[in-house]
Amino acid sequence: MAADTTIYKEIEGKGGDYYSLVGWLAVMAAAGFGSMLYMEHYGHVVTGMTNAVVWGTPHVFAVFLIVAASGALNIASISSVFGKTQYKPLARLSTITAVALLAGGLMVLLLDLGRPDRLIVAMTKYNFKSIFAWNIILYSGFFVIVLTYLWMMMERRMVPYSKKMGLLAFVWRLALTTGTGSIFGFLVARPGYDAAIMAPMFIAMSFAFGLAIFILVVNVAYRASNRPLGDFILFEMRNLLGVFIAAALYFTVTQHLTNLYAAEHAGIEAFILWDGGIYTFFFWVVQIGLGALFPLALLFNPATGRSCQGIMIASILVIVGGLAQLYIIIIGGQAFPIPLFPGMEVSSSFFDGAVHPYVPSLLEILLGLSGMAVSLLIIAIAVKYLPLMPTSLSDAKVDPNHVAAE
Amino acid sequence: MRSASRILSLTILGFAIVIMGLGSGLSAAPAQAGEVPLPNPAKAFKGEQCVEPIDVMRRDHFEFLKHQRDETLREGIRGKKYSLNACIDCHAVTSPDIAGGKLRTLKPFCAECHSYAAVSIDCFECHSGAVQPGIGSEIGKQSALPPNHEQLKADKALITLLKGHLDPTSPQGGTGQ
Amino acid sequence: MTDKTMNTVDSSPVDATKRTLLKGGVAAAVITLAPGITLRTVEAAVTGPATQAKRWGMLIDATAPEGVWDLAVEACKAEQGWGSDHNKSGKANAATDPQWIRKVSIKNPKTGAKASLPVMCQHCANPPCVDVCPTGASMKREDGIVLVDKHICIGCRYCMMACPYSARSFVHEPVEMQKPHMPRGKGTVEGCTMCVHRVDKGQQPACVEALNKAGSDAIMFGDLNDPKSDISRAVSKYVTQRIRADLGVEPGVHYRGI
Repeated sequence: MAADTTIYKEIEGKGGDYYSLVGWLAVMAAAGFGSMLYMEHYGHVVTGMTNAVVWGTPHVFAVFLIVAASGALNIASISSVFGKTQYKPLARLSTITAVALLAGGLMVLLLDLGRPDRLIVAMTKYNFKSIFAWNIILYSGFFVIVLTYLWMMMERRMVPYSKKMGLLAFVWRLALTTGTGSIFGFLVARPGYDAAIMAPMFIAMSFAFGLAIFILVVNVAYRASNRPLGDFILFEMRNLLGVFIAAALYFTVTQHLTNLYAAEHAGIEAFILWDGGIYTFFFWVVQIGLGALFPLALLFNPATGRSCQGIMIASILVIVGGLAQLYIIIIGGQAFPIPLFPGMEVSSSFFDGAVHPYVPSLLEILLGLSGMAVSLLIIAIAVKYLPLMPTSLSDAKVDPNHVAAE
Repeated sequence: MRSASRILSLTILGFAIVIMGLGSGLSAAPAQAGEVPLPNPAKAFKGEQCVEPIDVMRRDHFEFLKHQRDETLREGIRGKKYSLNACIDCHAVTSPDIAGGKLRTLKPFCAECHSYAAVSIDCFECHSGAVQPGIGSEIGKQSALPPNHEQLKADKALITLLKGHLDPTSPQGGTGQ
Repeated sequence: MTDKTMNTVDSSPVDATKRTLLKGGVAAAVITLAPGITLRTVEAAVTGPATQAKRWGMLIDATAPEGVWDLAVEACKAEQGWGSDHNKSGKANAATDPQWIRKVSIKNPKTGAKASLPVMCQHCANPPCVDVCPTGASMKREDGIVLVDKHICIGCRYCMMACPYSARSFVHEPVEMQKPHMPRGKGTVEGCTMCVHRVDKGQQPACVEALNKAGSDAIMFGDLNDPKSDISRAVSKYVTQRIRADLGVEPGVHYRGI
């Protein structure tokens, strides 16, 4: 293939549609900020979180966005690290999506802190033994590396170096998701966590969640800006999404099979798979059924897999399934009681030995959704002011084997 | 392309500023418009001299407290010269805004200068600042605040010194905060 | 300008335990005065720093009558000031009110054998809460007491995720009239401090003292590193166990009779 002839251009961003999109996203972001102020004033007593379920819905959204962020970078990585040139035109949009998702996720995490006013403490005092502190470094580094990578792709003089930067970004994103998974993997006390498989499972999840979001972003952005979007690139991403869903499913199956084999973990497995109420429902119906099997069927069924709607519905379902999976991991993992005296019946005034109830409050949901809104807002504004989107993603522009029809 | 990269770098910069501003914005006290009256903190009703000379205290009290808090909490070093409870012991005053003036606390004393200098502290998020049993037991027996303590104890020289220090037009002014 | 100084003398009697803790002896403030201002000095016995020579621990006798644990819980509330935070909001909320120490009842489902014991921070030698804390607010003193430095706690609650004993609470509501020795505040995490403010002065933790006053020695407190201490002798006499010893966190709180 000859030199890259892709033309990137800012979107118009002038119509009423654009402004109403930005307006609604801003309203949602403001609602989340308002929730935070309310929580700060009255304390976390106004949320559904308790001393037993200490991380709630905000953390589900935050971890989802952070995991998806590293996955959204994949399109750029595939083009520059693995040399799949058909993805090259989407590399810029992929990097900005990654940065936006991480920013949204971190914002939620930050605004849920008991003392968000002490952000400066979190940034200046490090306990280097803490996986959380490592993550703070990994997240900051991700912003720097990915934005530098984007700049190198956009600045003509720097293009030769962008490939190396892309490799660094790829390695970094693997480290980042490993770190995010290890937040749970390193927790020895709780039977729902304490497993090395958390790290690779989160990487597989990130591939699927990030790509699902990215497919939706590309579709909406190209349709709304009236730019051509060919089937070729869409079908390429569809195939990739199918593989990633299968990979995430594989790790979920492995995780539960391993646990089922150990008598020690029979309790938590029964809780998730059999009698855990909402968590069991979320697992079988939402995560496995709606979030994995149904999208796989949609993507690989010739009728739906060749339609844009089918692919978009599958992507939405992957996101819904992903949120359910993180709800099960984060909240289900805490709702199941910590075994203080294994094999004994335990009870106390502090909910020992009992499944901890948790009902998300509106405040938490608003805060979580505001993270998503902020992510989308960043993307919407970035594509208006930066030449991130190719003017055309038609098959003629993207497909290396394209033969002009007629 | 050149301008695009400039916009991008500005975006990065703006992003950093927003992130940093978010943290400071949450804790910053609202600025007051117009003339702000000079601080006039109540004279300590107990004893005549603080643990350090007044200008040292004025400048470095938070350093002493911060150093001491870390030593106390993390190493168990207790009973040294600087302590928040010792501040309370001498400087706590009543205020009509707090518990209807029935409670003697450190808050109004601290607020006197901190609001002038737009300093926001969060000591009192966790420390009650109130005179309670247990405060002063190391130093001496607890005493009650005389209702007219300011008239009784206010030292004219001290107030003059303080005012001079804070007045930017005086020769020694402007050196403080 | 008149310079006046005043030296203070350590004349207060200090008990034996306290004396061993003394290092700096006496902090005497020697002050140069501004005109017309007389002097005020602070004198107090200086304790610390805590060293690894000591390892504070507890031995809890789970065969003691159940009622003593309620006494221990009430003594802790009174000493540290938790348990009445909902006074402001007007309603108790069992799910969010802090509990630094709680009575746990256990029952063997096969045999029906029962026991009851208090659970609080186990002051682990390898505390998971300290490992995971991003800012270093969750910390272990040299003498083994695990604390939260609320000055730098950001309220992320990761320590609560990591603790195998559910020993920590998050302050969900504004707190008022905290004890002078125990600052507590909304948005930070807290837990048993082994009454560090008393221990540093050579006293026993409040729960131990309350039980002693009631004629019970169900909770024994002391230095596990000192072979001559009562607790060391007891720990070498009875086979004790520690909760979730399999995790390898080496708790400083021992139990017997479970």
